[in-house]
Amino acid sequence: MNVAVRETRAAQRLAVVDCDIHPVPKQARDVYQFLPQRWREHMETFGDHIRHGLTGQLPYPRMMASGMRTDSFPADGAPGSDLPLMQVQHLDANGVEHGMLMALGRGGMEERNLDLGAALATAVNDWQLEYWVKPEPRLRAAIVVPQENQQAAVAEIERRADDPAFVQVSLSPRASDPLGHRQYWPIYAAAERVGKPVAMHVAGFGGGNPQSGSGWPTYYMQDHYAMTTNMQHNVVSLVFEGVLERFPGLRIVMIEGGFAWAPSLSWRMDKVWERMRKEVPHLKRPPSEYVREHFWFTTQPVEEPETPEYLRDICEWIGWDRLMYSSDYPHWDFDNPRLAFKFALSEQEKAKVFRDNAKALYGLR
Amino acid sequence: MSRHIVARADEIAPGESKIVKVNGREVGVYNVGGEFFALSNRCPHAGAELCRGMIVGLMRSDEPGDYRIERKGEFLRCPWHGWEFDLRTGQSYCDPKSTKVRQFNVKVEPGEQLVKGPFVAETFPVKVEEQYLVIEA
Repeated sequence: MNVAVRETRAAQRLAVVDCDIHPVPKQARDVYQFLPQRWREHMETFGDHIRHGLTGQLPYPRMMASGMRTDSFPADGAPGSDLPLMQVQHLDANGVEHGMLMALGRGGMEERNLDLGAALATAVNDWQLEYWVKPEPRLRAAIVVPQENQQAAVAEIERRADDPAFVQVSLSPRASDPLGHRQYWPIYAAAERVGKPVAMHVAGFGGGNPQSGSGWPTYYMQDHYAMTTNMQHNVVSLVFEGVLERFPGLRIVMIEGGFAWAPSLSWRMDKVWERMRKEVPHLKRPPSEYVREHFWFTTQPVEEPETPEYLRDICEWIGWDRLMYSSDYPHWDFDNPRLAFKFALSEQEKAKVFRDNAKALYGLR
Repeated sequence: MSRHIVARADEIAPGESKIVKVNGREVGVYNVGGEFFALSNRCPHAGAELCRGMIVGLMRSDEPGDYRIERKGEFLRCPWHGWEFDLRTGQSYCDPKSTKVRQFNVKVEPGEQLVKGPFVAETFPVKVEEQYLVIEA
């Protein structure tokens, strides 16, 4: 059954857009140097704060080297902290034409100290620019925003609006409330206004809520799976709260949360909506229409059903123009662009998923 | 088919390995308790450099709360997704029913008693000739 490793020449030639690459600071001060003096002193006096009970610890032990590819550790610093290694090991090796950065740590996305959150978001965005996008023009950043401090989040979006280094707005799916709640609407209004998509990457840390609606998991495998349900809760929230009715130009990218569930979730939403739409009279169309129109899904980790062709049906439902390749470099469940799908894509499908959809969404040339 | 002297036998101690080139392809040579085995440095699942992975054993369990490690040092775990391959045969193994299989209670088990995984890493026979390791490929 080694058929999966056969590569076609066309696949090898195809330049790809990778929609999920994780940059990490070599040391905390790489980011904190961009904080105003007031907040640098805060960090020195009170220390780091993220919304997690085990700050500095993994919440669940990962089988693979703290969740990393074991071959991605540079000579010094953490995986993802070394641009030359990322270039050799991933960008060059896999023909990455553009790579979308997902800076997950230290950005103050869910910080409860609202002013600190605002300062951290600005600092992490400055760091992305100086340490990644300027030295490596293939990379693009997402605007990290302090999403519990919406006024500052909007200001941060506007600050980066005209900078082509920033192609989208990044939100954590483990916020104080499900992301459809109205306190987050100013962020959507700003994203729509500046014409940038909103991206939501699964969160291994953070938030006051577990991934799972049934409580805190025991094992990493549970947490890894529950990320997909956490993403689904946010889709349901965004749809039923009417966000997509209010912001018809909003484009949302779901990153690393799986995509095979999109059809069944939509069928379920449509079914209850048909019967109980009086509860949400602000919805004008079946929920599935909002899903298909407003959501893009990144592919990694591509589901691997025992009959690989099942996944083709799911891709057809979602639409070949809504799926975008992602690698998750340098994390352990990295998808190799040439081998990620276990069924054959046509040349046209391949071009869309691996390059053209992302280029169109992000306006890349 | 050509013969390649790839290392001196005393270069690779038990539990250790070395990546060598054979016909331009990278091959990992492993010393498993004094026996030598060689695998292609390419994971058949997703193309990682397999031989940069950890050498591990099998984790077995008869019931929740019970576990043991067997065949220590006989498996290679891929650095990306963690597929584990028998260094002797290149066969990947997985055994989702192992918590129920009572008869596995001791030390060494032939691979056939486990459920074979879907992938097989390419292997090469290694000969020890005097003090040199030779691969024919």
